Amino acid sequence: MSMMGRGGPPQKAKAFGPSLRRILALMAPDRVRMTWVIVLAAVSVGLGVLAPKILGHATDLIFQGVVGRMFPAGVSKAQAIEGLRRQGQGQVADMLGGMDVTPGQGLDLSALGWTLTSVLVLYIVAFFFNWSQGYITTGIVQRAMYKLRESIEAKLDRLPMSHFQEQSRGDVLSKVTNDIDNFSQTLNQTLTQLLVSALTVIGVIAMMFSISPMLALIALCTIPLTAVVTVLIAKRSRVQFMAQWKTTGELNGHIEEMFTGHEIVKAFGAPQAAIDKFAVSNESLYRSSSKAQFISGVIMPSMNFISNLNYVAVAVIGGLQIASGNLSIGSVQAFIQYSRQFSQPMAQIGGMINLLQSGVASAERVFDLLDAPEQAPDAHPAANLGATVGRVVFDRVSFRYNPDEPLIEDLSLVAEAGQTVAIVGPTGAGKTTLVNLLMRFYEIGAGRISIDGVNTAEMTRDDLRRRFGMVLQDAWLFGGTIRENLAYGRLDATDEEIVQAAEATHVDHFVRSLPEGYDTVLSDDGGSLSQGQRQLMTIARAWLANPGILILDEATSSVDTRTEVLIRQAMNRLRKSRTSFVIAHRLSTIRDADLILVMDHGRILEQGRHEELLEAGGFYHDLYMSQFGDPLIEETASA
Amino acid sequence: MLFRLIVRKLAPYKLPVALIIALQLASTIGTLYLPTLNADIIDDGVVNGNTGVIFSLGAWMLGITAGQVLCAIGATYLSAKMAMTVGRQVRTDLFTKVESFSAQEVGVFGAPSLITRTTNDVQQVQMLTLMGFTMMVTAPIMCVGGIVLALQQDVPLSSLLLVILPLLVVAIALIVRRLVPLFRLGQKQLDRINGVLREQIMGISVIRAFVRRDYEAERFAAANGELTNTQLRAGRLLSLMFPTIFVVVNIASVGVLWFGGQRIDSGGMQIGALTAFLSYIMQILMSVMMAMFMFMMIPRAAVSAERIQAVLDTSPSVADGAKARDVPRLGGRLEFREVEFTYPGAEAPVLSGLSFTASPGTTTAIIGSTGSGKSTLLNLIPRLLDRSSGSILVDGHDSHALSLNSLRSAIGLVPQKAYLFSGTVASNVRFGKADATDEELWRALDIAQATDFVRSMPGGLDAPIGQGGSNVSGGQRQRLCIARAVISNPAIYLFDDSFSALDFATDAKLRAALKPVTTEATVLVVAQRVNTIMYADSILVLDEGRLVGQGTHQELMANCGTYQEIVTSQLTASDAEQAA
Repeated sequence: MSMMGRGGPPQKAKAFGPSLRRILALMAPDRVRMTWVIVLAAVSVGLGVLAPKILGHATDLIFQGVVGRMFPAGVSKAQAIEGLRRQGQGQVADMLGGMDVTPGQGLDLSALGWTLTSVLVLYIVAFFFNWSQGYITTGIVQRAMYKLRESIEAKLDRLPMSHFQEQSRGDVLSKVTNDIDNFSQTLNQTLTQLLVSALTVIGVIAMMFSISPMLALIALCTIPLTAVVTVLIAKRSRVQFMAQWKTTGELNGHIEEMFTGHEIVKAFGAPQAAIDKFAVSNESLYRSSSKAQFISGVIMPSMNFISNLNYVAVAVIGGLQIASGNLSIGSVQAFIQYSRQFSQPMAQIGGMINLLQSGVASAERVFDLLDAPEQAPDAHPAANLGATVGRVVFDRVSFRYNPDEPLIEDLSLVAEAGQTVAIVGPTGAGKTTLVNLLMRFYEIGAGRISIDGVNTAEMTRDDLRRRFGMVLQDAWLFGGTIRENLAYGRLDATDEEIVQAAEATHVDHFVRSLPEGYDTVLSDDGGSLSQGQRQLMTIARAWLANPGILILDEATSSVDTRTEVLIRQAMNRLRKSRTSFVIAHRLSTIRDADLILVMDHGRILEQGRHEELLEAGGFYHDLYMSQFGDPLIEETASA
Repeated sequence: MLFRLIVRKLAPYKLPVALIIALQLASTIGTLYLPTLNADIIDDGVVNGNTGVIFSLGAWMLGITAGQVLCAIGATYLSAKMAMTVGRQVRTDLFTKVESFSAQEVGVFGAPSLITRTTNDVQQVQMLTLMGFTMMVTAPIMCVGGIVLALQQDVPLSSLLLVILPLLVVAIALIVRRLVPLFRLGQKQLDRINGVLREQIMGISVIRAFVRRDYEAERFAAANGELTNTQLRAGRLLSLMFPTIFVVVNIASVGVLWFGGQRIDSGGMQIGALTAFLSYIMQILMSVMMAMFMFMMIPRAAVSAERIQAVLDTSPSVADGAKARDVPRLGGRLEFREVEFTYPGAEAPVLSGLSFTASPGTTTAIIGSTGSGKSTLLNLIPRLLDRSSGSILVDGHDSHALSLNSLRSAIGLVPQKAYLFSGTVASNVRFGKADATDEELWRALDIAQATDFVRSMPGGLDAPIGQGGSNVSGGQRQRLCIARAVISNPAIYLFDDSFSALDFATDAKLRAALKPVTTEATVLVVAQRVNTIMYADSILVLDEGRLVGQGTHQELMANCGTYQEIVTSQLTASDAEQAA
């Protein structure tokens, strides 16, 4: 078994119990239905035991017919038995004694008909029981899966932003698609089977004890043996299944990334590194899944072996018992039949438990996500802020993304209500971070941020964010119509309002040139719209939202300057009488700001109005000069 | 389609597959032989109380069992390996295929769907393959064996099989036929779930900023509900399968007793034959049951195979032509001749009648309003999109006559949307040149003005980069993308508005540093800001996909109205005069 030796580092399997309890808890709301399934399963098992008995009766009827024909009519049963004994057929005569034979009469067709009809009815009833059992189980499982997917989606909302930077998107997606899918498939396959098998085992054990407690004890000996083998195999297969679903997630993550950055992968000719990384993930997925399938595939043959072991043991001891006269042949025969009936469901239970390992491995991955640390809950009771006036104060704020790397230290600023505050500075200065803190995408380490005197940390995040309208550099659109994407700013906006906002932000112009206009469906991430057009759409969104405070983070960086001028005019109207924060590299866009904050390395170096800062001749002055009429640019641009 | 796909992927593995069949055969024969041994133990041993016979036959039986178990385990081992080999191969094929697609084909399927196809759909196919290996030998042997044995017992009664078997087939077929469209729908809805959630993660900050939690929850709930509904319907149909088979076979056994009883009564058949017949019917039932596990998987796997094949059968719209040549070291001379581009299905072209030339050592700037086709123009050069008509010449070769490899390796593209892959700084920059040394990396980072911040990152070149480059700022992202292009030392540089997130000082330094490395290269720059391009050798002014001006800044200031408007929008009046 060379396959056993290689492969990734073994993972430590968690205790099976807690996961199982959690899975059951997932289905707990369907308790009543579960009870029904158990009842239905019990009835099906009962019918399964009953039917062969009635069929046996039908065979007896046929046999009686055969025997009956052996004798002429008018002969009494006692005479017939006597006759048989005389012919030396003692055994048949014995059997006849226990039968209801009428000599001379052949097969009693009507009796056979009645018997068979009753079996037929039994089978048809069993059919409905079996079906409804599966029908209900499907419902239980699918409802649980719906809830599981729902809770993942809800969980995403409670995760801190940092989670999304650290975790691969494709891995999260794999949990929702591949893992939950696998989990539901295994549950569907195992749930009823396990139940039926367990009930059958109990029933058969009862029957065995009624025949011979000693032989029953021998059969029971195989239970620990089966359990040990099952657990040994299941433990190993679980580790591999965990690896399988983990690598599936990794592979999904890599694929998702590659397909998302498709253009770049293409432009650079699908670099070997990307292909190698895929090959590595693909190979380890191959290894873990073939190991998992092999190990769990060993269970059935092993169970067969144990069942045959049991068979031989019963046969040997049964034979000894017959020889010593302790048991009759018939009893031993019946017992052997039962021990067959016993080992089959036992083997099935083993198989199901192994199959379940794969599902549990998937479920645990989902649980891991659900258990990921969440952002701090909103303050309770939350601070109540009335209508937004818009005075924003940062008071000695410190923040770091990475505990070892100070980013913003001891930063203070005041934006008076209605002011336009521009933030400028080199890339990586912490401008966007400032916005992230203001919106509470990240929580500050020290200090306090307040709006109209209320500490934002004491407000609910939703209440805080509703007061802002934000336009980001990275224009995010979702699959849907242009109208839906615009209405994202305000869900109850009327069509007129949407068009008005689109007109003000120059979205209307290009939307009208599209054949479907506002009903044009955008594919996954904006489709064939240009980056600038997408930015315009996100501006229209913020426009529609009509927020108390406006944040524009490089909102027009990809928009051509002629359109930008027009938008700026429109924006000036929007900004009037509301506080706004503007991050921009084009200094022309911020010249009219009421307050310009010049940042570098997480600190505010200078602040003031355009003219003041120019006069001061500091960082801003240099920045401004580099943009307008710096000789460096002449030189390079003419290259 | 499903079986063709599997068989084709298994073709190179004839020997292991033959071995699986042999092992399964041995194991099945063992399984069939064991009941006879069981009966012998009872008849010859137990009944007579002969423990010696029981012991010897028991030992023999255990020996057979052990052999059968070993065969079964061996078969399982090989089956698992082979089935997963199929999976691995299909995933590789899919991934390679998608990597050959242009944006257009990716758009047709949608990235979320391509992702599910490569993982989830392949999983269905490989599990069916595994199941197939276990069933393909055992089930038919048991089924055919059962039929043959039944025929041996009594031919007239066997005619019952003529009713039962077709009935079974029809019942299964009816269920399967209704399942297939459900699974087709289900996989599509799984794509949708994938898509909605992917969008949510990508747009998390916008969703939080607009407090659209409820809206998104609704959107997801709709997708989730649809999928659940489909899976419920499919699951309920599936749960019909086993009971149906049970009831059909059980009714059959009732039929056997009814007709068999009458045959016995009329003396046409022995009673022993009847019990034997019944047990064979049960054997047939068992084999059908085993096969049923497979039948339950077939509809979904068939749908998955269909979805996989659809991707594999799509030929990329941008591909090497039959006469495509490798040209090892292309020069940078670029010529557009009457180029037009229209998105498939769109009414109006994005670009039309576009002609210009750009020579090595010169910088050509492209400016124009939002949506005027600037990015499209750049994307046509490395054939990320293919022009609808006209021709694009690189170093005198029609770009369609060049192999994509040689064409693209001559081009360094810095896209508008700075996208980085998860990994490290080094792994991202090495995208441009896989075998670049650390010195080369630093040199490229130097030019891209990225050295300072890379040095300050923990780990330097090995500093981790999050998916999409989420852990570095927009400007840092752009600089790493520039380094990625610079390191490949291309003959043609394409900068698609690549400096927008840079502050002006960095921007200026970067341009200065780029100058020496681009002296022999052809540089195309899309820009919004006139002052960054006004000294370009040539400026192309685009408006609604047409070239409305071409020339130097001075020429355009004199004769291009659109250009004048752009300039005026950016500079104060005095600046503009000064610049002119």
